[in-house]
Amino acid sequence: MTQAATLRDRAGTFGLSTEEFDLLVTRIGREPNALEAAIVGAMWSEHCGYKNSRPLFRHFPTTGPQVLQGPGENAGVVDIGDGWGVAFKMESHNHPSAVEPVQGAATGVGGILRDIFAMGARPFAVLDSLRFGNPDSPRTRFLLNGVVEGIAHYGNAIGVPTVGGEVTFHPSYQENPLVNVMALGLLRHEDLAKGTMGEVGNTIVYVGSKTGRDGLGGAVFASADLSNASQADRPAVQVGDPFMEKLLLEATLEAIQAGVVAGVQDMGAAGLVSSTCEMAYRAGLGITMDLDLVPTREDGMVPMELCLSESQERMILVPVPGKEQELLNLLAKWELDVVTIGQVEAHTNYRLTWRGEVVCDLPVDLLNEAPKYTREGIESEEIRAKRERDLSGVPVPGDLGAVLTDLLAHPTIASKRPIYQRFDHQVMTNTVVVPGAADAAVMRVKGSGMGVAATSDCNPRFVYLDPYAGAAAAVAEAARNLACVGATPLAITDNLNFGNPHRPEVYYQLERAVHGIADACRALNTPVTGGNVSLYNQYTEGDERVAIHPTPTIGMVGVLPDVTKRATMDLKGAGHTLYLIGEHADSIGASQYLETVHGLEAGHVPTLDLTREQAVIDAALHLIRAGLTDTAHDCAEGGLAVALSEMAIAGNTGLTVTLNAPTTTRADALLYGEAHARILIATPDEAGTEAALNAQGVPFTRLGTTGGDTVTIALPGHHIHLSVTLSALTHAFTTPLAEILG
Amino acid sequence: MKTAVIQFPGSNCDGDALHAAQLLLDQDAQFVWHTEAGLPQGTELVFLPGGFSYGDHLRSGAIAARSPIMQAVKAHAERGGYVLGVCNGFQVLTESGLLPGALSRNRDLHFLCRPVHLRVENTGTAFTGAYTKGQVIEVPIAHGEGNYYADPETIARLEGEGQVVFRYVDNPNGSLNDIAGIVSERGNVLGMMPHPERAVEALLGSEDGRGLFDSLKGALVSR
Repeated sequence: MTQAATLRDRAGTFGLSTEEFDLLVTRIGREPNALEAAIVGAMWSEHCGYKNSRPLFRHFPTTGPQVLQGPGENAGVVDIGDGWGVAFKMESHNHPSAVEPVQGAATGVGGILRDIFAMGARPFAVLDSLRFGNPDSPRTRFLLNGVVEGIAHYGNAIGVPTVGGEVTFHPSYQENPLVNVMALGLLRHEDLAKGTMGEVGNTIVYVGSKTGRDGLGGAVFASADLSNASQADRPAVQVGDPFMEKLLLEATLEAIQAGVVAGVQDMGAAGLVSSTCEMAYRAGLGITMDLDLVPTREDGMVPMELCLSESQERMILVPVPGKEQELLNLLAKWELDVVTIGQVEAHTNYRLTWRGEVVCDLPVDLLNEAPKYTREGIESEEIRAKRERDLSGVPVPGDLGAVLTDLLAHPTIASKRPIYQRFDHQVMTNTVVVPGAADAAVMRVKGSGMGVAATSDCNPRFVYLDPYAGAAAAVAEAARNLACVGATPLAITDNLNFGNPHRPEVYYQLERAVHGIADACRALNTPVTGGNVSLYNQYTEGDERVAIHPTPTIGMVGVLPDVTKRATMDLKGAGHTLYLIGEHADSIGASQYLETVHGLEAGHVPTLDLTREQAVIDAALHLIRAGLTDTAHDCAEGGLAVALSEMAIAGNTGLTVTLNAPTTTRADALLYGEAHARILIATPDEAGTEAALNAQGVPFTRLGTTGGDTVTIALPGHHIHLSVTLSALTHAFTTPLAEILG
Repeated sequence: MKTAVIQFPGSNCDGDALHAAQLLLDQDAQFVWHTEAGLPQGTELVFLPGGFSYGDHLRSGAIAARSPIMQAVKAHAERGGYVLGVCNGFQVLTESGLLPGALSRNRDLHFLCRPVHLRVENTGTAFTGAYTKGQVIEVPIAHGEGNYYADPETIARLEGEGQVVFRYVDNPNGSLNDIAGIVSERGNVLGMMPHPERAVEALLGSEDGRGLFDSLKGALVSR
C-alpha cells in the first residue's frame, strides 16, 4: 500500500471526502503529506471554509452608508456617528458546550471577544443566545448550569458586561444545546484594524498563551454530527483563561492605538493555520513560518499539533515595518509570550518549516478557497403537513386566566433574572438599560450623548414551520426590539445554526432561511456585516437522527442619537393610557400558546409585512424621541396578554384593558396569538400620542389604562373577562428559572 | 483631591474608578501601574479598583497585595492618606493587612450582580460625612467572594469602634454582621464590596454613591 493510498483512505479523519482529497491532489499536482491534508481539511471545514453555506451568502445585502466593515474580516463594523464605530459579531460554541458546558461556553465568550479587539475595538458588551432541551431533565439542568457558569467565569473576570440575550427551551436541543455569543466593541474610526499580512518583508509575531494539545481538530469536530463518541472528543474542547485574555486585550489595543500594528487576527478555529492563512490571503501574499519557534506548553509536539491546536488566548500581530521593536517592547509590559515566527514573502504559498525541513507548501488561494457545494433542498413533508394543519378544531380553553399564568411560567418566557444576576452586567459603567428591563440592552457611549442598543433574536418554531418567513421574522423582531428602546436599527450579524446540510430537508431550511434574512435585511435597511455558520447540529437517538430546530439567530445593533430619549418595558405608574401600535393577532398558528397549552407545533406562521413593520418601528421611534412615551414593549412569545403582563410585572403596576375586536377572531388568538409589527406603549399624553400616531399613518388601538393590582383584560364581544392579581403573575413569572438552575 | 487609581494586571473596574474620580474628585486623576515604586507627587486618594487582579490566582487580592506599588500605598496610609478599596480593592486591602478580616466565597457560591441596599452606620468618617446616619442607599454589587469574615474579637472591635460604615439591609452574600464596608482604626482606609463608582450618574440608575465622593471632598476641605 502506498502512503498516498493510505492517506486517501484516511481522508475522512481530516474532515475531507475522498472527492475533496482527489481535488486537492489535482490542484497541487502531487500527493499531499499528512500535515498538508490535515491543514486543508481544517481550512475547508464548514467552520472555516463555509463550503455549504458560502454560495448562499451572495444573497445577503452587505453594504450601506452605515457599514464601515462588511463581511470577511474578524467582525463587522458600523458607523454610529461622531467618529465612533461599533464592531460586532456573533459566534457559536455549540458542540464544545454539549460536551463540556463550562469550558465550552467560556471559550465561546473568549473567542468572540478576540474577534472584536482584533478590529481595534474595545469590547463593551456581550449577549448570549442560549437554547436548551426539556427544562425538566437532569441533562438540561447540567448544561444550563455549566453554560451559565462558563459565561460568568469568563465574562465577569475579563470585565466585559453581559447585557442581554435569550434563553429558550425546546426538546429538539436536548442533546445539542446552542450557545451563541455576540460581542460588541467600540472604536474610533482611525483605530480600525484589519486581519492582513500587509506587505512583503513584514514579520509575523505570535503573542499570548503557549500552544498546547487542547482543542486539537476543533474546527473539524464542530463540523460533524454529535454522537456518543463525541464524549471521547473532550480534548477537542479548549480551556480558557480570562486573565491571559485580559492582558492580550489590553496589549493588543495599546499596540493598535500606538500605530505599530499593520495586521492582527486572533487564533480561533483551526488555530495558527487559519489565522495566518487568512491574513496571507487578504494580503494576496505568501508566508514562511518556522514551527520550531512556536511557544509550546509541553515537549514533543509535532507539526500537526502546532498547526491545529486551538489553545486559547493567542493572537497574530504583524508590526508596521520599522516598528517591530516598539511593538515587542510594548507587549513585554504585559508579560506575554512574544515570538517572531515568520515573515511575509513575495511568493504565494503557505510554507511551514520544522527542524529545518519544509513540512507544508501549499498555495494560499487553495487553502482559502474551499470547494463550494450547492445542494438541493426539499421541504420535509412532515413539516409541511404540520404547517398546513387545520387548527379550527382546537378548543378555546375555559379558563383563559390560567393560560396566562401557565405561559408566564413557561421557562422560555419566564424571567431570566436568576441567570443574568450571575453575570456582571454593569462593569465599564455604560449599561443604561440592564437585562430584563427592556427588549434590548442599551449602553451609553462615554464622551458623547449617544447610546448603542443590541439584541439577539430568533423564534425557532417559526423557522421550523416556515424557514423563509421565520428567518425574516427574526430580523423583523430584532429591529422591533431595538425600536422599543429607542434605537435606530443599523446592521446585523447572524449565527446560522442548522442540522446536517447533506440532508435535503435541512438544506432546504438553510437556503430558505438565508433568503428570508436577506429580504428582511434589505427591507429594513440592516445589512449583514458578518456572522457564523454552525451546521451538523443533530444527534442520533435510537435509530432516529434528530436535527435541532433551524435557528438562524440574528444579532442586531442600533444607535440612540440621544441616549436620554429611550424606553423600557416597565409601566411607570398609574393613570397612563395603553396603546397597541399595529393590529391584533388573528390566529393561534405557530404560537407558544399552541405548543404549551395544546401540545401542538403547527399552523402557519404570522404574516410578515415588512413595509408595515418599518412603519410601526418608525412610529415607536417617533413617540420615544418626541418624549410622548418612555414605555414600550414588543409582543412576542405568548402574544398580547403575556406582553401586557410583563409590562405590569416589571413596573409593579396593574392595568385594565378592553379588546373590542370582532368575534370572528378566536379569543385565544386575540390574547395569545403571535403577530408581527406590533408594539405596546404606555403614555401620560393621550391626545399627543394619538395625533402623532395618526400623523405617522400607522394603525393603532387604545387598549385601556394602567393602575391597580391586577391585570384585567375584557373581551366584551366574546363575553370574556379575565383578571389575575399582579402577585400571582409575578410569582408565576419569577420562580421557574431559579428552580431549573437548582 | 489628587487621585491615583492603581492598575493591576486583571483589574477591570480601573476605568470605572478613573471615570468616577475624574467626574467628582479630580479631573486629572490618573492610573498608576502595579510595578511602580511610588505614587505620583501629592497623591491624596489612592483608589484600588475592582476586578480580578492577577486572575484571582492563589486568593483574590493575594498577589496584588504583594506588588511593588502596595508598599507605597501602605506608606501613604500610614501617613494618614486616604485609601478606597472597592470589591477586589477591598480584598487587596485585607490581604495586605491594611484592613482586618477576609472575604470568602458568597454564601450560595455564585457570583451575584444586582443593586443592594446599604445602611450608612457611621457618618463620622471621611468617606461618609455627606450621608445621614441610618440613611439607606442603593449601590450595585458584583462579586463572587464578598462574604466578610473576621474572628469574634475583631468583629467586636470593629463594631465597638464604629468601623463598620456600611451594612447590608438584606445580606446577599453571608457576610458576618451584614458587613458591607469597614474603615481602618484611623478611619482613612475604606474597604467595601459594593461599587459606589457604579452609582454616581442618574443615567445608570442610581446616584447614591456620589455621597461617598462628596464626603471625601468635604473631608479634605475641613482637614
